[in-house]
Amino acid sequence: MAFQATPREIGDVTLIDVSGRITLGEGSAMLREMLRDLLGKGQKKIVLNLGDVSYIDSSGIGELVSGYTTVKNQGGELKLLNLTKKVHDLLQITKLYTVFDVHSDEVAVVRSFH
Amino acid sequence: MTAPKKRIDVKLEGNLESVELAEELVLRIAVAAGFDDENCHRIGMSIREGMINAVQYGSRLMRDKPVRMSVTLLVDRLEIHVTDSGRGFSLADVPNPLSEENLLKSSGRGIFLMKAFMDEFDVRRSREGGAEIVLMKRLPTAPPADAP
Repeated sequence: MAFQATPREIGDVTLIDVSGRITLGEGSAMLREMLRDLLGKGQKKIVLNLGDVSYIDSSGIGELVSGYTTVKNQGGELKLLNLTKKVHDLLQITKLYTVFDVHSDEVAVVRSFH
Repeated sequence: MTAPKKRIDVKLEGNLESVELAEELVLRIAVAAGFDDENCHRIGMSIREGMINAVQYGSRLMRDKPVRMSVTLLVDRLEIHVTDSGRGFSLADVPNPLSEENLLKSSGRGIFLMKAFMDEFDVRRSREGGAEIVLMKRLPTAPPADAP
């Protein structure tokens, strides 16, 4: 399944529904662009819903980390929602699971910003 | 126990399209060899990371600098060699992505993932001087390595 990222606004939080593959040459660059655009518009409360992400490689992990630090450096927060088992396991073994604020409930993650 | 059942050798262009091609090819072999979904994912990702390493650092994304891949299915294991056209590298020089100073870096996790996902992993210098990544996964039907 090809990469897709669809943003939607929930109050002052932008939730991006991501699906498909986040890999080098596919989703990584598109995700980077989308985060850059949102930051450029002043949006600093961002959630990536990864529930429909079928595959992520080291480049995709790098993009999540890069997004996290870029948003944080601009005074914002990037949180993750609905990790699949594969993504969860990858974040665990790379020790990144504790770096990200990970949620499994949409209402709860939006509320967590306030 | 080590007589080859099947072997395939391919020469791939040094670009990103070859990463997808190699991953797809090895996944088909892994499925046919009886690996479950979880292990197919681990094997596929390892090939992907090995190929990305080869085309990015070995070929520098130049299609005329090829990557050679051999996939050998043995009675007890699947063995894959990915050999690039670069100058090689030493594992000792690869930073640990889990250390605090590297944890938030946006790259440098490929080697770590290959090590984590395969039963054996090594990097050698090929005869031509490039890096040769060796990946091995025991077949699901194979006895454990420490069995008598």
